[in-house]
Amino acid sequence: MTASIQIHRSLPQQYLLRLGDTCLILGQRLGEWCGHAPVLEEDIALTNMALDLIGQARALLTHAGRAQGFDEDQLAFLRDERDYLNPTLVELPNGPGRPGDFALTVQRNLMVATLLKLLWQKLADSSDAELAAIAGKAIKEARYHQQHAADWVVRLGDGTEESHRRSQDALNALWRYTPELFEADAVDDAAVASGLGPRWADVRADWAAEVGEVLAEAGLTIPAESPFRSSGKRGVHTEHMGYILAEMQQLQRAFPGGAW
Amino acid sequence: MTEPNTQKEWPLWEVFVRSRAGLDHKHCGSLHATDAAMAIQMARDVYTRRQEGSSVWVVPSAAITASDPGDKAMYFDPAEDKVYRHPTFYKLPSEVDHM
Repeated sequence: MTASIQIHRSLPQQYLLRLGDTCLILGQRLGEWCGHAPVLEEDIALTNMALDLIGQARALLTHAGRAQGFDEDQLAFLRDERDYLNPTLVELPNGPGRPGDFALTVQRNLMVATLLKLLWQKLADSSDAELAAIAGKAIKEARYHQQHAADWVVRLGDGTEESHRRSQDALNALWRYTPELFEADAVDDAAVASGLGPRWADVRADWAAEVGEVLAEAGLTIPAESPFRSSGKRGVHTEHMGYILAEMQQLQRAFPGGAW
Repeated sequence: MTEPNTQKEWPLWEVFVRSRAGLDHKHCGSLHATDAAMAIQMARDVYTRRQEGSSVWVVPSAAITASDPGDKAMYFDPAEDKVYRHPTFYKLPSEVDHM
């Protein structure tokens, strides 16, 4: 029972898992701030957002697994690393040490929340009624996440010398993982053909405009384009992914089917 | 650390939330934030997580002038035996029965 499950990885299932795993893994990362955020109010805010993302992941994984008879828990906790299809950006640590760097956390939140908001907007018209319903609910959450992150990115970027330096460092560290978000492949083409949803590449121009506007207001410099390409959406992850999964999966593997 | 801790603490804000069904904003607590915009955002996260609210006000705690607890007896006790100040001794015409 502790054995990993094997998923089919049909094209539509991969499309749903990319979305669901993005929410799941970023939710897990934000959850690491619980009890450690710089101030109590922010601790609650980050945890709220982590739970919003986990909620979205639950709906998406439930939907993605149904055809094959898997439930949300099996997909979340019993897949092998290569079967998680989140972009690499969300699996990166929050920064050095634990719980990490707040500047990096809000920079990444801005990038991901803007992406998800733009995707949810288009997914609200999906030919898949369940996905459209999930999008309709999630879009309000993503809008708030984007505003919350943008607010902090500007405060820190346009703040003290130290907060500016750390914000720019965070941006430099994360930026090279953003081209992966917008690489289109057969999964995207199939989604467009069936009306399931847009290519992630379709929201790139809007994403660049919205993120760029916030970074400009924050006085931060966008790093030069790099030839580096990460590959999490294809299931090929960094060394950080194994550690997240070990933490997430340990309980379900030790106590199969455990619930409380 | 030569700087006293209070220099670094963010200012305190009082939070008022109007519930979904309610007409008035009710005081529900306080929080620390650097400015009004942040206070509103944090109030949303701290005080409206369980569907409590449909509108939020924040006020700098320093802007509130409160009565002195030492004056409580002088201020409020004299009203105790003045029941005639309650408009309960009138017979209302039936047209205004729902007052």
